[in-house]
Amino acid sequence: MLKFTEEHEWLKVEGGVATVGITEHAAGQLGDLVFVELPESGVTFSKGDTAATVESVKAASDVYCPLDGEIIEVNQAIVDDPSLVNSDPHGAAWFFKLKLADPRSADGLLDEAAYKELVG
Amino acid sequence: MEPISRLKHTPLHALHLSLGARMVPFAGYEMPVQYPEGVLKEHLHTRAAAGLFDVSHMGQIAIRPKSGRIADAALALEKLVPVDVLGLAEGRQRYGLFTNPEGGILDDLMIANRGDHLFLVVNAACKDADHAHLKDGLGDACDVTLLDDRALVALQGPRAEAVLCELWADVASMRFMDLAEADLHDVACIISRSGYTGEDGFEISIPTASAVDVTQRLLEHPDVLAIGLGARDSLRLEAGLCLYGNDIDTGTTPIEAALEWAIQKSRRAGGERAGGFPGADRILAELAGGTDRRRVGLKPEGRAPVRGGAKLFTDPDGTVLVGSVTSGGFGPSVDCPVAMGYVETAHARNGTKLFAEVRGKYLPITVSALPFVKQTYKR
Repeated sequence: MLKFTEEHEWLKVEGGVATVGITEHAAGQLGDLVFVELPESGVTFSKGDTAATVESVKAASDVYCPLDGEIIEVNQAIVDDPSLVNSDPHGAAWFFKLKLADPRSADGLLDEAAYKELVG
Repeated sequence: MEPISRLKHTPLHALHLSLGARMVPFAGYEMPVQYPEGVLKEHLHTRAAAGLFDVSHMGQIAIRPKSGRIADAALALEKLVPVDVLGLAEGRQRYGLFTNPEGGILDDLMIANRGDHLFLVVNAACKDADHAHLKDGLGDACDVTLLDDRALVALQGPRAEAVLCELWADVASMRFMDLAEADLHDVACIISRSGYTGEDGFEISIPTASAVDVTQRLLEHPDVLAIGLGARDSLRLEAGLCLYGNDIDTGTTPIEAALEWAIQKSRRAGGERAGGFPGADRILAELAGGTDRRRVGLKPEGRAPVRGGAKLFTDPDGTVLVGSVTSGGFGPSVDCPVAMGYVETAHARNGTKLFAEVRGKYLPITVSALPFVKQTYKR
């Protein structure tokens, strides 16, 4: 089941590892992305830290780490082709995999219905 | 940010909403930043076909000489701009600058000679100040009127001429910076062959009452797409054109900004009407002796855009600061990041390698000739 943050990241949690991306709503708001900067594997972040940066033609935006954890894999495909984030935000355009410090910490995030209510 | 309720609307506001535009506050107006196609496609469409921009937020000003002699209006305006206005032939337009006593730039503008009066287009954020400045400076000799009963649209791109020719065939004989009055769909419009994208194109001043009608008809053409402020910005940046408030302001002089081409010979030292504009002492001295810093084009080496505000260093450790970026982003036509900014003159030569600070890293960036795209003006 997907979880969401108020900062427009989605998470798919499997066996203590969260695959993280930005939501379709966020990708739509950002517009055409032309550059993605991802973290390195092995780096540890706290919830709310800036973990990645996306840039549209016009502006740069931060992508926050949704929970405490360690980056164990990043998606080079979106670095090579940032437009993937616009075309398939919940699929091929995941950003990174995060080994959660506390596997239950995702329970407190929004579910799909609550996120949909948030973005209207 | 200003409360959205206080923002002004252009006559085309409802049309933008009906086209699905995303609206943002800009210079006191609620303006379309992009349409459903998105900035990238809008930018590329303008370079490949024709883009239609609402620039009605900009100020249109008429200066009418009380004597009835256009030369009197020209000479009066020359007291405020370092530009040859007297030598501007009827039906011609040129770029100009309002300067302040310190030699800084109050605004940049277009000046046209319409035979019996001068017609100016100024930036939206400056228009009230410009109007007051003109009334102060020219009020004795001229009537200065802010034309708030006209909309302004820009049709830009390689298909702009063909599109407009279907409405008024004579447009094909206009050269870059020509200005003429013509009926488009029976509406008297003022058309200039100019714009701010680096493309051939036109700016069309339309009476407010007919603005939606004329604009809609232009948009019906299959080659024409409505384009928002997002692409307008990336187009002008690729074209190496200054955005007032970003690349030029009261703290930059025309020479620092590499805009000396806008100061004609007649207004320079030794010219028949040398000086006589605010800040002339400093500006003429800089024309002769140069400046400590210059506006330059900048090409980041990697894929990361380098935005306005980024600091520029000579070394990859960020110890020797030599300038900063004033505009930067991604250039869809050149498919790489592009920027411009100010650097100390010693580092302003094309090809100079510098480093831009982006999120704590120092990214290689090269001083580069402007524009980044070839201009296609019909001279």
